[in-house]
Amino acid sequence: MSKSTTANEIMEREFLETRAKLLELAAALDRLDRAAGSVAQDPRSQQIQQALAVLSSNDADRAEQIQLIFSLPYDPEWRSRYGLAEPSN
Amino acid sequence: MYYIDPHIHMVSRTTDDYETLARMGCVGVSEPAFWAGFDRGSVDSFRDYFFQLTEFEPRRAAQSGIEHFTWLCINAKEAENVALSREVLSVIPELLDHPGVLGIGEIGLNKNTKNESIVFLEHVELAVQHNQSVLIHTPHLQDKHPGTRMILDMLCNDPRIDRNRVLVDHVEEHTVRPVLEAGFWAGMTLYPVTKCTPQRAADIVETYGPDRLLVNSAGDWGPSKPTAVPDFIMEMRRRGRDEQLIRRIVLDNPIKFFEQSANFKVPERVRL
Repeated sequence: MSKSTTANEIMEREFLETRAKLLELAAALDRLDRAAGSVAQDPRSQQIQQALAVLSSNDADRAEQIQLIFSLPYDPEWRSRYGLAEPSN
Repeated sequence: MYYIDPHIHMVSRTTDDYETLARMGCVGVSEPAFWAGFDRGSVDSFRDYFFQLTEFEPRRAAQSGIEHFTWLCINAKEAENVALSREVLSVIPELLDHPGVLGIGEIGLNKNTKNESIVFLEHVELAVQHNQSVLIHTPHLQDKHPGTRMILDMLCNDPRIDRNRVLVDHVEEHTVRPVLEAGFWAGMTLYPVTKCTPQRAADIVETYGPDRLLVNSAGDWGPSKPTAVPDFIMEMRRRGRDEQLIRRIVLDNPIKFFEQSANFKVPERVRL
């Protein structure tokens, strides 16, 4: 479905918006650097750095990858951890 | 273009908002029961809320030519109180035959706790016992991925559940695939900051196709935009998408899902 619009058309349409979003991000990071104190040890800083690395990649699922960086892990054993019995099928 | 907003909390909106929605082509709204922003203290508070959802809001919507449908439950946030939840669950069956009641919702998880899971399973049991469709809330932000997986675990472990009658809402890039692959409907909520934008929703449609996908505004008491579905329509048009495809997502799909509920009627303006 996404093939009906060309990459050139999307670039034309979204370049300024993308540029603006990158500038907002850069300015937010500058703001953090300028402020007193440090958040280098804050786990959220590491999440932001991981997300920035994903942005620089050529992967096709960057949005999904970034979502997962900001997600808590899923524990497939959660039911037994909560003492909730598996249903008897 | 006519459309239905399949998940919007109109109790939080003004009568002017109904008027604006109507002017933008909204012919129907579906309003799941929700958290009021504070925890309600007794089952009587829920009785009053259910009266508002089933009697007052349909009348207010009708003044703007919009048909109002609703879903009943105790939401995930208040489900932490299991005793109160069970009291609320006990009053729901008497309302399930009420015109406009489409099923049980929005049930789900909030912080993915044991109590929330217990109450979720009891709601599912109620839906199965009364042959009801289910509308599901998935958690926000960092809790969304594990919470959605937990919800899918609970649903997929129950062979009595007709997956075609379950809508899992608030999906995003990291949760839409497992929901669709498991055979459920998926809703994308267009909501600033914590959920999806119209642009990202359009990306998800481009990636997964239009089958079993819906878009909604949530339009609740938080920072939200009740006209977000028209924003999605505009974004799809901006991308040159076919009008039929857009109509399928904003009108045909909600009708197809809701028609499985005995109390749903296709909005009159669509039938004309």
